[in-house]
Amino acid sequence: MIAIIDYDMGNLRSVQKGFEVVGHRAVVTRDIETINQASHVVLPGVGAFGDCMNNLNRYGLIDPIYRAIRDEKPFLGICLGYQLLFEESEEFGVHKGLGILPGKVKAMLTVDAQGASLKIPHMGWNTIQIAQPAPPLNGIDSGAFVYFVHSFYVEPAQAEMTCTTTEYGISFASSVWQGKVFASQFHPEKSQGIGLSILKNFGNWR
Amino acid sequence: MLTKRIIPCLDVKDGRVVKGVAFVNLRDAGDPVHVSKIYDQEGADELCFLDITASHENRDTILDVVVRTAEQVFMPLTVGGGIRTIEDIRRLLEAGADKVSINTAAVQNPEFVKAAANRFGSQCIVVAIDAKALSSCEGEANGWGVFTHGGRKETGLDAVAWAKKMMEYGAGEILLTSMDKDGTKDGYALSLTAAISEAVTIPVIASGGAGTLHHLYEALSLGKADAVLAASIFHYRTYTIDQAKTYLAEHGVPVRQRQFCSPVS
Repeated sequence: MIAIIDYDMGNLRSVQKGFEVVGHRAVVTRDIETINQASHVVLPGVGAFGDCMNNLNRYGLIDPIYRAIRDEKPFLGICLGYQLLFEESEEFGVHKGLGILPGKVKAMLTVDAQGASLKIPHMGWNTIQIAQPAPPLNGIDSGAFVYFVHSFYVEPAQAEMTCTTTEYGISFASSVWQGKVFASQFHPEKSQGIGLSILKNFGNWR
Repeated sequence: MLTKRIIPCLDVKDGRVVKGVAFVNLRDAGDPVHVSKIYDQEGADELCFLDITASHENRDTILDVVVRTAEQVFMPLTVGGGIRTIEDIRRLLEAGADKVSINTAAVQNPEFVKAAANRFGSQCIVVAIDAKALSSCEGEANGWGVFTHGGRKETGLDAVAWAKKMMEYGAGEILLTSMDKDGTKDGYALSLTAAISEAVTIPVIASGGAGTLHHLYEALSLGKADAVLAASIFHYRTYTIDQAKTYLAEHGVPVRQRQFCSPVS
């Protein structure tokens, strides 16, 4: 059973439905026991970094997340759930993250190297270049399109953690992989067939 | 590289798809979930539902349509029409919408946009602007005004200034419809679209006037739009999404070509 952590930050139904369509059982929950019993854990999230951390705290969900990581359960972070895994974010002041992975969350650039202005949020379909073939990316090639919507990006402290890169003004880590943690800036649940493949692979990850 | 988005829009009334020609002579043309799946298969980049249900008691029909669509279609879905309260937004997002588009309620109470963006995040708040060209008494072009109620009611707001204000209030995207062009099929309002797109740093979706694939190209190049929304050219199968993408790619516009990747194998 896959536990999708519900902390009042965004629409989780599509993540759940995405897993179900590819044959995995998934529940949306903030029940600590259910999360502890799950085989896989997903931390989604949209909204502001500080609000997300506050809600995780308020619902007592930080310990279950640390526990899932400690138990080496396959763990998927999506969008803000990806950013939260790192040490801190500069979104609306400096906020501490979960600190599970070393690195920082920074604002996307508003101009590219040629001085052309960039629309923020980075919104829409962009490609990933695969730096390391993490198990959730089985069968997916560099150049695959996935859906993004974000204004901040992750700068991992260790470059070798970067799983895919994406270009928007700069080349940034659009996903990371370390041990049993895979986390992406893009939304697999909004990325049609490619995204559903990632969800399917994640659910099959042991 | 970030690609330009093609967004088919479905006008939905009482849970059924209709398409207005300049907002009158509505024709019933099918089940929104069915149409959404076709667009999904053709590689649409997002979907947009505009709820034009008039009667209050049928307002919840859109929620059911959103729930059923989100169960089958895995791409971003924007829902607009009649959104007035934080509760309206919460219910749509919970049903499975990714973004909501706010139009009249933003004009009536700009603080609503701020409250919505604070509560749900800018990424899911689209502000829809219906704009019309204004002319001075001598008939000279005099910028663009913001209108509501299907273009009938003038607000006195300047469209460019309004777009900037809505960005400052937390809108994550602008859905810009030219009321001069909507339903005409003779092309998007290019100078209006470019003026808005250059004035804001958030993405702009151009809407109103698509009749040919070249019109899509013009809006994304000359009009500097980040996405194009179209209804009838796709709805009446004048062109498929595939044909639109192929045309745009041939003309140098970065688009996401359809990928064949079946997860259920």
